[in-house]
This record gives sequence, C-alpha cells and structure tokens, in this order.
Amino acid sequence: MIYLIALAIIVLLAIVLIQIGRISDLSDRIKGEEVAELDNNTTQGKAMVAFMVAFLVFCIWSAWHYKNVMFGFGPLTSASEHGFELDWIFLITLIFTGIVFVITHILLFWYSYRYRKVKGSTAKFFAHDTKLEMIWTAIPAVVMTILVANGLVAWNRIFKPIGPDQKVINIEATGYQFAWDIRYPGPDGKLGNKDYRNIIPGVNDLGLDWNDEAALDDIILAGSDKIVFAKDSTVHVRITAKDVLHNFYLPHFRLKMDAVPGIPTSFTFRPIKTTDEYKEELRKYPEFQTPSDPKDPTSPPRWEVFQYELACAELCGKGHYSMRRIVDVVPRSEYDTWIKGQKSFYFTNIRNTKYDPWKGKKLFASEIESRAVELKSDIDAFVNDNSGSVSRTILLKHIFYNTGSSSLNDNLSRYELDNLVKILNDKPNLRVELAGHTDSVGDAASNMTLSQERAQKAMDYLIAKGISSSRLVAKGYGQTEPIDTNDTEEGREKNRRTELRILSK
Amino acid sequence: MAHLVSQEEDILIKEQGYDDHFHEHHHGDKYQSSFIFHYIFSMDHKVIARQFLVTGIIWAIIGAAMSVIFRFQLGFPEESLAWIKPLLGKWIVVDPTTGVGKLAPEFYYALVTMHGTIIVFFVLTAGLSGTFSNLLIPLQIGARDMASPFLNMLSYWFFFLAGIIMFYSLFLSTGPFSGGWVAYPPLSALPQASSGSGTGMTLWIVSLVMFVVSVLLGGINYITTILNLRTKGMSMWRMPLPIWAFFVTAILGLLSFPVLASGFFMLVFDRSLGTSFFLSDIFIAGQALDRVGGSPILFQHLFWFLGHPEVYIIILPAMGIVSEVMSVHARKPIFGYRAMVYSIMAIGFLSFLVWAHHMFMAGVNPFLSNFFVFFTLIIAVPSAIKVFNWITTLYGGNIRLNTPMLFAIGFVSMFISGGLTGIYLGNSAIDIQMHDTYFVVAHFHIVMGVAAFFGMFAGVYHWYPKMYGRFMNETLGKVHFWGTIICAYAIFWPMHYIGMAGVPRRYYSFDTFDAFKHFGEMNKVITIFAILAFFFQLVFVLNFFYSIWFGRKMKTKNPWHANTLEWTTPIEHIHGNWPGNIPTVHRWAYDYNKDEREYVQQHVPLREGEIGDH
Repeated sequence: MIYLIALAIIVLLAIVLIQIGRISDLSDRIKGEEVAELDNNTTQGKAMVAFMVAFLVFCIWSAWHYKNVMFGFGPLTSASEHGFELDWIFLITLIFTGIVFVITHILLFWYSYRYRKVKGSTAKFFAHDTKLEMIWTAIPAVVMTILVANGLVAWNRIFKPIGPDQKVINIEATGYQFAWDIRYPGPDGKLGNKDYRNIIPGVNDLGLDWNDEAALDDIILAGSDKIVFAKDSTVHVRITAKDVLHNFYLPHFRLKMDAVPGIPTSFTFRPIKTTDEYKEELRKYPEFQTPSDPKDPTSPPRWEVFQYELACAELCGKGHYSMRRIVDVVPRSEYDTWIKGQKSFYFTNIRNTKYDPWKGKKLFASEIESRAVELKSDIDAFVNDNSGSVSRTILLKHIFYNTGSSSLNDNLSRYELDNLVKILNDKPNLRVELAGHTDSVGDAASNMTLSQERAQKAMDYLIAKGISSSRLVAKGYGQTEPIDTNDTEEGREKNRRTELRILSK
Repeated sequence: MAHLVSQEEDILIKEQGYDDHFHEHHHGDKYQSSFIFHYIFSMDHKVIARQFLVTGIIWAIIGAAMSVIFRFQLGFPEESLAWIKPLLGKWIVVDPTTGVGKLAPEFYYALVTMHGTIIVFFVLTAGLSGTFSNLLIPLQIGARDMASPFLNMLSYWFFFLAGIIMFYSLFLSTGPFSGGWVAYPPLSALPQASSGSGTGMTLWIVSLVMFVVSVLLGGINYITTILNLRTKGMSMWRMPLPIWAFFVTAILGLLSFPVLASGFFMLVFDRSLGTSFFLSDIFIAGQALDRVGGSPILFQHLFWFLGHPEVYIIILPAMGIVSEVMSVHARKPIFGYRAMVYSIMAIGFLSFLVWAHHMFMAGVNPFLSNFFVFFTLIIAVPSAIKVFNWITTLYGGNIRLNTPMLFAIGFVSMFISGGLTGIYLGNSAIDIQMHDTYFVVAHFHIVMGVAAFFGMFAGVYHWYPKMYGRFMNETLGKVHFWGTIICAYAIFWPMHYIGMAGVPRRYYSFDTFDAFKHFGEMNKVITIFAILAFFFQLVFVLNFFYSIWFGRKMKTKNPWHANTLEWTTPIEHIHGNWPGNIPTVHRWAYDYNKDEREYVQQHVPLREGEIGDH
C-alpha cells in the first residue's frame, strides 16, 4: 500500500511539473517570445549573481568553519616529521587555487549577468588576442612550476633511501582479510625471512622461516596489542600483504602505502609526538572536549580517549572498513622497556614443537644461559629444602642421544652436563642417580638395555670431567615410568628422557 | 533578419539544385523503411545517436539510484532499510528481534562498484560520446552518414549487449562484482577473496570486453568519417570544436581501450587458466596458492593506461559541446579557437603520460613518480587556457541565458572547482595524505562526473530540436539546472572536508575508527542532497520523454541562429541528411556578430576581401 501511495505521489508530482511547464510556455507566448526571452535573461542573470555570491560565501564560510578538520590548520597537526612538508605544500596550493577559484567564479557568473541579452544589446566580435592568451598560458605555467618544484623536493626527501649509518627501527606490517599482523625484529634488529608457503594458520601465520636465525627473535604482536613507536626514533615499516591488496594508512602521521602480495613496499618516518603530547594538544580545542560517545554525556571527553589509529585504505573486500589497530607513541626509554618485555614468537610458540626445525639439533645461547640458572636453582631448591615437599627428581632437559643409538650427542648435551659438573663440584656432598627412560616403542627388554646404556654414557661423561664415580649411579628404567601417554608423538617424546635423582645432599 | 534568412535559403536552394520546401524527397525512399530497420537495427547515425542517448539515460537512472541506496547506508547507518527489501531481497539483512534492516556490506561494495562502472562506461562514455559523436559528426562536417553505417550499428548493439550482461549480473545469487570499478587483482582475480569475484566478476569482464568492442567500432568510424567525409571547404581548421573534441576522443579510445582489453584478457587467464600475470605469494582461505612471479601492480598500470585517458574520453566531448553551445548562445565566436584546438590535442597527448598518478601510493618506485607529477601538473596549463577562453567568450557577449547556456556555464564552474582540486592530488606529496580519501571522491565526481553531466545536459537541451524536432520545456529545464547545481555542490563540497580529515573512501561504516566517526551530520546532509539531486534528474527524464511527443514544435530549421551545418538540414529527419547536394563550406563555424551580421552560417560564401578563417 505504502508503495502505491509513493507511486501516486510521484505521478501527481510529475503531472504538476508538466502543468507548470505548460503554463510557463503559454505565458511566454502571451508575452511574446522576444519579451519573454529578455525577461528570462534578466531573471536568470540575477539568479547567477545571487548563486555566485551565495556559493562563494558558502565556500569561504565552510572552509573557515571546518578549518579544524583540514590537515595542518587545527588540531590535526602532523604527528610525524615529514607531515609538515605535506602541510606546507597543501597550504601554498590552497592559496594559489583559492585565488584562481574566486576570481574565475566571479568573472564567470558576473559576465553571464553583465553580458546577458537585453533590449538592443549586441555582441562584440572578439575572436582572439595573442597577448592575452600568452599571459594566461604563462601564469598557470609559472604557478605549476612553483608547485611541482616544492612538491617534488618534499617527495624526494620523504622517500630518500635510508643511509648506511642511519639508525632505524625496522618493523613489518602484514595485511590480510581483515586485520594487520605487526612484527618487530627483536634484539638483533633484523626481520627474519618469510615465505608464504611456510604459513600454517594458527601456528605460523606470517610464514616465517625458522631456518633463518634472524627470524627466531622476531616479535609478533597479538591482535589486540597496540603498535608501539618511540618518539623521535625513525621507523622503517616494511609493508606486505598475504592475500589481496591492502594499504597501511596512519592518518595522523600523513602516511599511506599499499600492501601488495609478492612485492614488499616500505615507508620510513619519524614520529615526533607521543600519544600523550598529542592528547594535550587536542585538549585545547572545544570539539575535543565533548563526550567521546555522543549518546552518553558522562563518557570521557574526546581528547582523553584519543589514540593514533592504523586503517586500511585500499579496498580489500567486505571487511575493508574494519581493519583497525591502535598505535601508541611513547618516549624512547619507555619503548626500550616495552620492547624488552616482548617475547620472541619462536621461543614462546614454536621452540621444541614439531614445527621447530632446530629441535634436538641446536641450543641457543639464551637457552643455554637460562638453563644453567634453572638447573642450579632446581637443585638448590631440593638441597635447601627441609620440608620434603620438593621433588628429588629433576629432568635433564638438554641431554640428547644420537637417534637409535646409545651414544651421547656431545655437541648439544655438554652444556647440561658441564653445568651439572659445576654444581657437583660446588656441592661435594651431593650423590646423584642418572635415570634413563624410553617410550614404549619396541620391546621392553631392549628398551631397558638402551636406557641403561644411555644413562651410563651420561655418567661416563661426568666421570671424564673429574666427578668421582662413587657419587654417581646410572640406572635404566626402560619404559616402566612414563610421565605422559605413549599414544602420541608428543607424549612419547616426553617419555624419552634422562632424569637426575638426588640420592643424598 | 528576414532578409538574412532568405539569403541563406537562396544559397542552399541554388547549391542543392532544388528547394526542399516543395519537395518531399524521401518519399518513395525504401531504404530502412520498415519499423524494425528504421527504429531498431537502424544504420542511420541520427537514430543510433538517439539509441545511445536513451540507453544512457536508462543506465544513468539505475546508476544514480544505486548511489542513493548506498548513501542511505552512509548518511543514516542507524535507520532501517527494511522498506527496500522488496527490491534488494537478501541483501537487506533484517535483524529478527529489532526488525531493523541493514544493507549487507558485500552488497554495499557491489553497489559502489556497479555505480562507478555504469556511470563511467555506460553513461559518460557511451551515453555522452556515443550520442553526440554519432549525431554531430556527420551533420557538422557535412556528411551523409558515418563512413561505415553498419559498423556504427554494431557499435550500438555491442554496447547494448554489454548492458544486458551487466544487468544480468545484478541478479546473481553471489551478487555482482564488488571489488571496485578499477577491479584490482588479486581481489578481482580470486573468488575466495570476495563473493562478487566469482560469476559476478566473470560477467563484469565479459560485459566490458563487449563494451571495448563497441567503443573501438565507434571510434574507428568517427576518425574515418572526420578524416574522409568532410564536405567541400570544410578544412580541419574550419571544423566546429565538438568535432575536434570527438576526433581526439576517438583517437584516445582507440589507443587506450585495447590496453584495457589486454589487461582483462590476462585477468581472465589468471582467473580461469591458472596463469600468474597478476598473482604472487598469496595465502588465502587457508591455502597457499601455487602462483608466483606475477605483479598486481602490472594490472594497475594496464588499467590506468586506459583509465586516465578515459577521464578525458569523458570530459573532452563535454568540453567540445560546451564550447559550441557557449559560442552560439553568447552570440560570439569562441575565444581563441586555435588555442582551444591545441589545448584539446595537448590534453589528449598528455593524458597518455600521467596514468601512474593514480598509483603514487601503490608501491611503484617513488623515483618514477617525479615524471608523473610533472606531466600531470602540466595538464593544468591547457586546462586553464580552456577555462580562460570560455570566460572570455562570455565577455562582451549578447548572452541568452536559456537552459543549454546555463548548463554550459555550470560546466565551467564545475570544471574549475574540480580541476583545481586535481592540482592537490596530482602533487604526489599531498597525495600521500589525500590518496583514497573522500577528497578524491569529491575531486573526480565534480570534475568528470558532474561536469561531464553538465556538458551532456547542455548538449541534450541544445540539440534536442535537431534530434526530435521539438524543444524541451524551458521552465522544467531551469528547475533541473538550479536543482542540480545546488545539490551537486552540496553533495561534493563537504566531501573535501571529510577527505581532508583523512576519512578513507569505500568504507561501509565509519564507526570503527575514532578519527573517522565524527562526521555523521555532514554525511546526513550529503545523503539528503543526494536524494534531492536524484529527484531533480527525474525532472529531466520527465521533460525529456514528455517533450518527445508533446514538446513545443520546432518551426524553423535554425532556431538558435547557429552557424554550423546541422541547422541547414530539414526539420524532418531524412536518410542522407540533406536533400540533393551537400552544402559547401566557405568559412569557420564562429562568425557571430561579424560585420554587422548577427550570424553567418558556414555555407555562406565570403564577401569580397573577407577572410574565411580566423
């Protein structure tokens, strides 16, 4: 029904319009077409001038009214160093184009009125004027030269390659449908290699190559974490995409660059205002003192909840409008603390899982270091304990045997065993048992033998390092004492182990 | 005046060997006289022109209606759109508890994509250039018809076919293509990336390939006709400016559309045959694709190698039309005719050297941008010359402020406003911030959307008597003009501010971002004016179709007292345009108010000592 009424209204309007048209035609004919034309010229000419005045007033008023959203003029000052160059070129362009805009519009509409056909008027035959044409070819040419020169100087400064001894923080942003992954390089300052064929959803979403040591200390921010930049430290963002085009867009930093699958792009910039400093600037403007949630008058003012934002600016599918990340700019010292507190993705999520190519093949300096401390504290805990609540059994995590044999992998196991030597030397009263365990694969008797032999090999190493054999016992338990299920590879892996049992302290 | 008219008629009668007032020459002419061949599969350029125009109008209504729907989403995101569910069906997702209907984001993007594709290609390329090139080229250069009427007919029917295919794609269950009118891969290449990139994209490409065929058939015909079929005396430097504009436009189309087509073919191969022209290192939908070595940026180069000339393919015909309309109604020669022609050529030439200014932020080498900034901003010079020349054409004129003239003046205003913002965007440093924001939307809508439409309207109102033998209603025309210019500025002017604040285009909703969500009021106002603007266009449509049958009749051959040859043809269309011989041309097209004569038509011989050129 409502559609019918709408249709009826439209039809009615159409009839009204046609009648208006016919009546005006008729009245023109009554007036005489000549008179009607002249009347019309005057009405339309006046309308043109009125429109021109209203339009120019509207343009200038609105520009003044909205100056606070125009970049460079109000609260939205640049948060990056290069942004001011853009703002400057924007300003000179605004001045030149503003002048041209006003002058041409005044002439256009004024001439339309001034030279309208009135009774007895005629036109001039004025077909060309070389001098005039030269002038208005030269003026735009000169203005354009100024703008191009300024623009290109700024552009090339912004995209100047990073010098060999310039210090930058390298980070990487990877866009995908519909979010961003942000990677920091870790202490080595280098982003490790990645390859999209390595991607395993939920395990290695960026496809980092764990064979590349530079990748091992890389930090990947969780989806809800803020991206942190240090004030006054140059950042080099490597921008990549996983599926379709995206665009790394930081509006407050005047920064934008497409993320292209297969072709990494980059942008180098220097944040110059911390989030807190920017907030303080916004605070001065009345529109930022209004409630941040227009529907809730008790919500905190806009300046207080302000945050820098990362957005996507290249159409990437139905969720394009929702790829938001928050950016935080902090003083350098705070940044350094923050970055130190971040955990390497590899060591938190990949190390010693089945995705780890280094598992059982390599120990990293940090692991060796922290393991020495850990082993010592485990043993100390038992030694110093009087309550009896601390277990006497300590897993020797870093003892490795060559596959299928009882021979010790000296290269990897020596760290753990050397640590043990050191502790045994420090605590001469300690007597320990080295306990070998296997999983349940194979027959129990041979597993028993294998575990016995392996424990013996570890003991032999300690003896060779000068520990008295009287303080050591090597014992194989075969598959009799599993600590996990033997049905899964992970469980079996845990069951194959060498333990330290403190016999007396 | 009476003396003048009769003198001209005398010349025509003498030259043509008979007086067409007394002879109904086309009686007994059996050529294409059956209804089907006269009105449908016609090879007559005047019929084909009207076919292009009417088809263009229908597409313009569809394209504009789409923009109204997505403006509802942007301006009134909280309001229910359930009322439009009968039309859009499942694309309006109604919340079962509240009953509030929302436009699905997929379909929002589909509407935006279709709006762009339809308006750019079907309306402003086919509807504008197709209509007026067809109508005016033979009539203004003094030819019986196009060089190949048959190819000309095919040109329309390929366009029609393209339209049918695109229209069909709107009804697919996976929706029409939704990856933006620029169709950048990998989004457009991979159905996994977006539901519209499946069958919707296939039909989109097929449709546009048909469209490219249409443009090429038309273009080669326009060029051949202009070069070979000019009447005696019609030297290149005597051609009216619309013809120059159509000529350069056709050359641009002929050189650039095949590049687009090649890009499309490569995209088809990537989509269907497993090639990797535009694909590399892609992990999508849980799977690493076995495609390496391609470059998504390559497609952008191919696309914009058409895409940039395309905006001049759209605007040059409008410029030509406006130059002619303005000169006729100002009763003055167009100022700086040669400068106007050289500007058209310069713009046409430069349009091939600037395509990468769409790609400053696309990941191309920043060094390359230097050249593209340079050439882009050079275009401002010929554009400025044209603007100054139009304004000077008005200076000292004897202006009739009727509807075609109002639209011609409106065109210049729009071209200035939109052209000046191009100076910001063409400067790569500013483009870092402005790229893909609403500033860009405002810029190109004003300069190639609204301006081109104004040029088209000026042409339609001006040549309507030539097309239909009747006038459009002046009062409704003025309602249309004032409504449109006010609404157009009210829609697009505020978008500059939104863009300067950094709000990106192609956002379904702004609420996610603190930086973008505080323009609700402005977006409301824009939407309201967009709806109003749509209704003002319906006034035009009403006026157009009503006047075909009921408009004021054209009583004399040359109602505007214009100089060009189309106004020497009989009111009643005949095949071959002129009964008897074709008129001979003796002068350029802009002898208005020269030597005490109000106007001197091109076929009037020179007086002693008079110079026929300028």
